[in-house]
Amino acid sequence: MSLPLAPKPAVRRFHQASWDEPVIFELSTPGERGVLVTPIEPGVRDAVGDVVAQLPAGLRRAAPPALPEMGQQRVLKHYLRLSQENLGADFNVDIGQGTCTMKYSPKINDQLIGVPQLTAMHPLQDPADAQGVLEITWNLERMLAEISGMAEVSLHTQGGSAAIWANIAMIRAYHEANGEGAERREVITTIFSHPSNAAAAKAAGYEIITIHPDAEGYPDLAALKAALSPRTAAIMVTNPEDTGIYNPAIKQWVDAAHEVGALASYDQANANGILGITRARDAGFDVCHFNLHKTFSTPHACGGPGAGANAVSEALAPFLPGPRVVRDVAADGSVCFDVQEAGPLSIGAVAPFHGVVPNIVRAYSWIMALGAEGLLAAAEIAVLNNNYLLKRVLEIPGASAPYAEGRRRIEQVRYSWQELFEDTGISSEEIGIRLSDFGMHYWTSHHPYVVPQPFTLEPTESYSMAEIDEYVGALAEVAREARETPEVVRTAPHNQTVHHTHHDDLDDPERWAITWRAYRRKYPSTGSGRRFGEGASAAVGLAESAA
Amino acid sequence: MTDSFVHPYIPNTAPATKQAMLDAVGAASIEEFYADVPAELRLGRALELPAPLVAEQDLARHVRGLLAKNRSTDERLSFLGHGTYHHYVPAVVDEVINRSEFLTAYAGEPYEDHGRFQALFQYQSLMAELLAMDVVNVPTYDGYQATATGLAMAGRITGRRRVLVVSDVLPAKHSKVLDFVRVHLDLEIVPTVNGTADVAGLASRLGDDVAAVWVETPSVTGAVEASLAAIADAAHAVGAILVVGTDPIGYGVLTPPAEQGADIVCGDIQSLGLHQWYGGAHGGFIAVADDPTFIMEMPSRLFGLATTDVPGEVGFGDVAYERTSFALREEGKEWVGTAAALWGIAAGVYLALMGPQGMRELGELLLARTRYAQQRLAAIPGVVLGDDALHLREFTIDVSGAGLTAAGVVEALRRDGIEPGVPLDAHTLAVCVTELTSQADIDRLAAAIGALAEASTATTTQETRA
Amino acid sequence: MLALVVNPVAGVGGPAGLAGSDGADVQLEAAERGSHPRAAERARLALEVVAATAGASRQSVLTAAGPMGEDAVRAAGLEPRVVSRPSGETTSPADTTAAVRALVSAGATLVLFAGGDGTARDVAAGLATEPVPSVGTAMRRVPVAGADERHGGTAALGIPAGVKMYSPVFAVSPRAAGALAAAWAAASESGGALPVQEREVLDLDETAMRRARVEPRLFGTMPVPYIVGRTQSRKAATPASEHAAVAAAARGAARAMRPGVRYLLGPGGTMAELARELGVAKTPLGVDVVLDGRVVRAGASEHDLVDEISRGPAKAVVSVIGGQGFLLGRGNQQFSARVLRLLDDDPLVVVAPEQKLIDLGGRPLLVDTGDPRVDARLAGFARVITGPGASSFYPVHAPEIEGEGHAP
Repeated sequence: MSLPLAPKPAVRRFHQASWDEPVIFELSTPGERGVLVTPIEPGVRDAVGDVVAQLPAGLRRAAPPALPEMGQQRVLKHYLRLSQENLGADFNVDIGQGTCTMKYSPKINDQLIGVPQLTAMHPLQDPADAQGVLEITWNLERMLAEISGMAEVSLHTQGGSAAIWANIAMIRAYHEANGEGAERREVITTIFSHPSNAAAAKAAGYEIITIHPDAEGYPDLAALKAALSPRTAAIMVTNPEDTGIYNPAIKQWVDAAHEVGALASYDQANANGILGITRARDAGFDVCHFNLHKTFSTPHACGGPGAGANAVSEALAPFLPGPRVVRDVAADGSVCFDVQEAGPLSIGAVAPFHGVVPNIVRAYSWIMALGAEGLLAAAEIAVLNNNYLLKRVLEIPGASAPYAEGRRRIEQVRYSWQELFEDTGISSEEIGIRLSDFGMHYWTSHHPYVVPQPFTLEPTESYSMAEIDEYVGALAEVAREARETPEVVRTAPHNQTVHHTHHDDLDDPERWAITWRAYRRKYPSTGSGRRFGEGASAAVGLAESAA
Repeated sequence: MTDSFVHPYIPNTAPATKQAMLDAVGAASIEEFYADVPAELRLGRALELPAPLVAEQDLARHVRGLLAKNRSTDERLSFLGHGTYHHYVPAVVDEVINRSEFLTAYAGEPYEDHGRFQALFQYQSLMAELLAMDVVNVPTYDGYQATATGLAMAGRITGRRRVLVVSDVLPAKHSKVLDFVRVHLDLEIVPTVNGTADVAGLASRLGDDVAAVWVETPSVTGAVEASLAAIADAAHAVGAILVVGTDPIGYGVLTPPAEQGADIVCGDIQSLGLHQWYGGAHGGFIAVADDPTFIMEMPSRLFGLATTDVPGEVGFGDVAYERTSFALREEGKEWVGTAAALWGIAAGVYLALMGPQGMRELGELLLARTRYAQQRLAAIPGVVLGDDALHLREFTIDVSGAGLTAAGVVEALRRDGIEPGVPLDAHTLAVCVTELTSQADIDRLAAAIGALAEASTATTTQETRA
Repeated sequence: MLALVVNPVAGVGGPAGLAGSDGADVQLEAAERGSHPRAAERARLALEVVAATAGASRQSVLTAAGPMGEDAVRAAGLEPRVVSRPSGETTSPADTTAAVRALVSAGATLVLFAGGDGTARDVAAGLATEPVPSVGTAMRRVPVAGADERHGGTAALGIPAGVKMYSPVFAVSPRAAGALAAAWAAASESGGALPVQEREVLDLDETAMRRARVEPRLFGTMPVPYIVGRTQSRKAATPASEHAAVAAAARGAARAMRPGVRYLLGPGGTMAELARELGVAKTPLGVDVVLDGRVVRAGASEHDLVDEISRGPAKAVVSVIGGQGFLLGRGNQQFSARVLRLLDDDPLVVVAPEQKLIDLGGRPLLVDTGDPRVDARLAGFARVITGPGASSFYPVHAPEIEGEGHAP
């Protein structure tokens, strides 16, 4: 064949990197070194002698840890190969991880956090030497106060669920300070709120009451009113919920909670579509949190570090975690930032020092790159993208969007393949795995599945119309396969790093292997691993050793 | 948003695209999508935020300008520890965790995200070797959370409430742990003697209502607990669980707690390849034996090896992922969420680079430098060591004999570009040394404090003579 | 090994506007009205999914002769192994029960059955080891209710083909049943097994139903497999397994129980799990009275319950029976209006895993005690215990007093 190029097929011909990389312990070669440690100075050695020999026998490690021994580039190469075997948001059309707001994390922000003026800062240095990081932290707090309408903000928590914990910890401290800690034993949430609201409240000692949607698919206000009582400590709700449905009666929910003396806590994990549109405090909420790694663009980092921001009303401010960053204006007008210890009502430390500082700087930079109009644009385009995606997905036979059908959604939708499942027996999970063969993926839903055969898509503002079309094209292709060549779907993945994985060993205490150390203990007959170039030497595999 | 607003982070701000998408969904304007948001809740004005820096070069200049106001520990001579430590981070660690593939991955399946699963399984495995325990979790938020969870696990396993705290704990860590567990557990402090646990005092307070004994080693003062085996025996005799909070940096030379009877070992991984980042780069580990009683109480994720359809292929998955439903007391159940996975990958790369020899040499270096610094500072007239315990990396000095206060030493030395340590009370200063504080650095600290002490003594003498 | 039994006349009554297909005269009437049996066709759809998957053990299926399975197996391109033949020209409920017994003897591990509630009842009788009344015969044997994830016995799964399907033992569609069966066979080939959950077999008395008096009864339970996902939940640590969810609800109820109160435990799988949590025996279909951790009356009649209530404070403990959302009036008629009138202002402890509420798809819970005043008192919202320290507030509707009460 010769030029011109033939047209490309409508669906991407993708194959994930597959290095067949051994577990790192199998790469060990005795005597190799990855890095060297600076030697003990002769003067120090002369002064202190052999400190290891001086250790009491019980404190001296008998056998060295069985870490691998590898030259530096071998370690690098191993991990870079593993890095290639991931489908990060910088690679795929990452709109399938609904609720997670997989927006673009600007590269400039990664550069900005890598400078020694941030990486080499110790949190207990003289505040006079930390004016830059303190100013950024204080500024971001004020920006988030404006975005939420709240009085004060803390940036201490390391993720969304940690921020939810801080919300309920402050609520608990508030009721205790008012002498109502013993009576208020219940927290009310909705079935479509993030389950960490229930889990954190439970961990804080509360009983959980869940409210289901009403006949229209909206959170049931009548059920809430039936559940509220003097025993209620708080309502903890997400809005829009994970269905992308905004609760139009949200103010009535908050008012009803306040009528019985309960507080209202707002999980703003799904805030991306309402930035600059509506604010937590304006609906009467007492406390809310944002996920900086969702709405404010910090990268998801394989599952953290993220960062949480807790915002509270004036009344809850004394309960915020400490220490706090404060801004002092001197008589001459000069501004200086300082660190203040937690006050008497504070819930104290929720994390070391001031939170995930690199992500605080990233989120600050993201807001500074956009401003008020940019934030509003992010929200509006996220919502436009979502409703465009909704329209396109519903064109695929077998797909539906249950609850509040026919209504517009905010920034995400929980879809259902129930009709496709009934027609083909192919489940949403199987569709999702096959989708990965085209270089994309999706997430189903939290358990329990309220929407049957679910998948949750959230396109954010970061993806172009063409990318959304590409994603829908791949979804439609897999749905077509489910009807026409179901075996292709059922036996997926076909183009991934590894093939269909067996879960049985993972649920049996006798067989599971959570570390290489445990694996070697449980499967001692396994060969010492592959040596490349040595013909048919023993390959690694649980099946072989078990046989 | 005005029609002229086009931003590089938001491709569909391009006016023609925006209009095409509106047309496709049959909407006259974006406003239609907000039909469920009541008018009374609308903000109705622009957010009051600083004017944006939409050109990347302007943003970079602004943020770099702010950060340039900082004076880092590269410019200051730092003896600060107290929870965040200044260790060398090999370049390969940063290279790996800055890869987009890791940095922007999140929650894919072990098919398209195989590398993430393997890297975190390897982190678990490398930590397991260092700690001599068979099970280590995917990192939780930080060492505070790890210890809080470890104690909560002990409460759930035993069904008991009392926790005896036998070490000096970092105050912020104690604050976090207390607020996290106080519904389910009561913390009781057994005062330390000469820096470490009072084993006799512990024995007199133990009973069959004790859920856990909580040891911190090294403690907030850097003291290494020498009686761990005896504490373990005493705890186990009443059916209590020994929870050890620790920093793993020393276990190339020190006996890991598991080999002295610890049941749950937990702590922070910041020392293992993570920059100080103003205290913003912490991750927590929890290690237990391969015992379902303990594993079923762990809220964090655990990645395990699995076979695939292809012989010899190494697959991964979540081990016992329904385990939280087996909890004995589900009111204590926790959650799984975005925590600190990338930091776990960093710590794994660090341990792979260091290897057994590197961790041994580093441990020895830290012990030697700590001892050396103790000797040098204790040689200053009027300055004495806080206790006689074995110390790793941190130790305390009492400067009252030299007529000084801890805060006074800090204030004076900061003028010379030295952060001498963290005041624990009026006269006690916690000093931290690492592989980045050389003999010369330690000598400089000793000389500076020595000069202060001399000046103070001279002043006092003059005042006495006057 | 997979097995199939088809009730050839299942579903014929539905299209003909008859409330079910039980009874030879009804089937004849349906045929006269022009109905064709659809069970065989739906069984074929299910088995085609099995046929499309690899694996030698899935190529042959244990079954009964002719229209009772053999024809459908062949039509799906699989090899029938006939182990049972109907007794006469037309098939009867007794033939279904006999066929199932033969399938079990021949080594079936999963019996797929195409039909409705009546068929499920006959299948349960065939699987059973304890007496159970089947449609066509006298007392048979039924397994002990509430048995959990057993791997030894024979499980069953309904291919939806009947008119009435109140029993939660049916897959959502024939192909979904086929996919589950294929997964079952695949798990068996690799030495594993899918988990099963005891689910209720309910059936209406069709004679009564045709007189517009709906009165379903609980006839027993059968172990039904469910899919453990191809993928694992990556974001939430909540119990995904149905059995874990039922057990959690039962633990929550057990924790809420107070000393000195008589708890009247109704029938059903969730109540059996609660009994196990309490460490007491449970009659599968009866109401058992528990006081301070002991059973003080087993298999209580309405009269017994009235007597127990007179002895001290008491509460009825009920779960959601079947797929229609009934708390009272279906399968637990011992809780009569008279019994409920004698209980205090807060007469019910409602226990159910969250999934049971979710499966109602937004429809309310229902009460039908036969006394509109009692029903009105129960309508509104119920606190449903879903786990330790966890509950849901869920609407309760009284269909017999439509328009009254304050249910949505």
